[in-house]
Amino acid sequence: MTDFNYTIASINHASKSFGQKKVLSDITLNIKQGQIIGLIGPSGSGKTTTIKCLLGMEKLDTGSAAIFGEKMPNRQILEKIGYMGQTDALYETLTALENLTFFGNLMGITGAELTAAINKNISLVNLTDSLHQIVAAFSGGMKRRLSLAIALLANPDLIILDEPTVGIDPSLRLDIWTQLRALATIQKAIIVTTHVMDEAEKCDLVGLIINGKIFALGTPNELKKKFNATSIEEVFLKAEVSSK
Amino acid sequence: MIQFKAVLVRVIKEIIRDKRTLALMLLAPILILTLMNLVFNSNTDTKLKLGVTTSVPHKIIQSLPNSKVSIHHYQNSHNHTQKIQAANLDAFVTRNKNKLEITYENEDPTKSAQVKSLFANALLASNIKELSATLKEMPLQPSTKRTSLNFKIKNSYLYGNSNSTFFDKIFPVLIGFFVFFFVFLISGIALIRERTSGTLDRLLATPIRRSQLVFGYLAGYGLFAILQTLLIVLFAIYILQVEIVGNLFLVLLTNILVALVALVIGLFVSTFANSEFQMMQFIPIIVVPQVFFSGIIPLDTMAHWVKFISYLLPLSYAGDALTDVMIKGQGLNAIAKDWLILLVFLVIFTFLNIVGLKRYRKV
Repeated sequence: MTDFNYTIASINHASKSFGQKKVLSDITLNIKQGQIIGLIGPSGSGKTTTIKCLLGMEKLDTGSAAIFGEKMPNRQILEKIGYMGQTDALYETLTALENLTFFGNLMGITGAELTAAINKNISLVNLTDSLHQIVAAFSGGMKRRLSLAIALLANPDLIILDEPTVGIDPSLRLDIWTQLRALATIQKAIIVTTHVMDEAEKCDLVGLIINGKIFALGTPNELKKKFNATSIEEVFLKAEVSSK
Repeated sequence: MIQFKAVLVRVIKEIIRDKRTLALMLLAPILILTLMNLVFNSNTDTKLKLGVTTSVPHKIIQSLPNSKVSIHHYQNSHNHTQKIQAANLDAFVTRNKNKLEITYENEDPTKSAQVKSLFANALLASNIKELSATLKEMPLQPSTKRTSLNFKIKNSYLYGNSNSTFFDKIFPVLIGFFVFFFVFLISGIALIRERTSGTLDRLLATPIRRSQLVFGYLAGYGLFAILQTLLIVLFAIYILQVEIVGNLFLVLLTNILVALVALVIGLFVSTFANSEFQMMQFIPIIVVPQVFFSGIIPLDTMAHWVKFISYLLPLSYAGDALTDVMIKGQGLNAIAKDWLILLVFLVIFTFLNIVGLKRYRKV
């Protein structure tokens, strides 16, 4: 398990169109064990579609996606993936515990195992006191944290988070990134999309997606060097200009 | 199985938490049924108001049934339009030689028809009286027995009794309609909420089978449909005093079937709606036409192709089956065909829903 080069998820020469609009063209990405990969890019550039194709929610026109060596779409594989979408995706009339129980059951966890997983993850996101509250009464940040706890519930080996830190205050955001780093050190693979550039700096690999293409891919330092920039934000701005 | 149970439990919890929706499902049908019962039962004993001039023969007026008409007498027929309006008459009668001239208000054509038949009967009655009077005076041969013309009518009814009202006729259909309407609406909206809140994506990012999701929904809403039907039927029997001739169990089973069909159709249709409001727009297209074809309005007189439409609408089979059981007291044999067709609807739309979820996940 210490083999750092073990590929957990890969997407090869993937292209996808919605009607006339080409959303992804020739995307290739490999995510390895223990790696945090950040996908950055302007809105509508294809970050979410990349994730959905990887998960098998959308079908690729050409190319292929594989997770744990299995070709996607594959329903069984989803058991080992923690996914958190752009929306909080919570049942507002239910309590935090009921939400966690529901999604835990869907992932196939029950009984004592589920209780343990819930207790562990709810304290991870600092919501232990609100476990029995109705979600509708939660603040935006609390909902986001609960949503994250659900994604991590089944102790997945691949974690896919679509803009996980939107609407979360800075100190909590820092906490979450500390958690993600901790997960990476125990050999989880993590895919994160983000708009926040200083978050991109914390990734092992950054993929810059513009107009459905991977415009640049490398470690934050490699990218900065390549674009002669001092920050990822600058890289982003320069890349956006040069792609036009 | 864990997944199916999880969906079922969640659906039930969500419905119980949403008190308004729960009240809508359970109390709204009761409120509407009570109102309809009042409306349709109260207008049966209103009297027709007739204006009559003195030239109309007394005999004819006397043979109009007292319980059904109230007579207003007028000297002449001048300005009878104003007279009708002033006294709010349903009809105004005057005589021109051997002709009775009747002017109808005709705001409500059924009242006009009632007046028409009353006068036809009255004329017939007075003719028969005259006839029997002449017969009595006629010299008859002693051998012939006198035939009495004093006929009496004894009414007997195949279904229901002399107190059967329009409400009794439409009640079975109404039950089916309420079950269909509320389940259709609530299940459709529930799925739209799943989509817009992103929970559907998250659901489908877990290893749940698409069929487990659909069956979980079916079971959860099915339970509430059973509860709803029980409440409506028991309320109707014990509070509204509607008589249900047939087997109550068959009524319940039919309604559960209706609810399940409504559920799968609601789920299916909701994939074509992007918001709750767009879901409401399906009501006039999918729900309202079914009312017309469900048996409230007699279909026998319609053109053949119009009848054909009713074959495509599940509520027409539901109405048929419920009428058979509740009014005619028929058993399983009579309604088996309706059940079978409802089952076919259920299977087809369940299948379409399971396949349709592929839109959101490819496996």
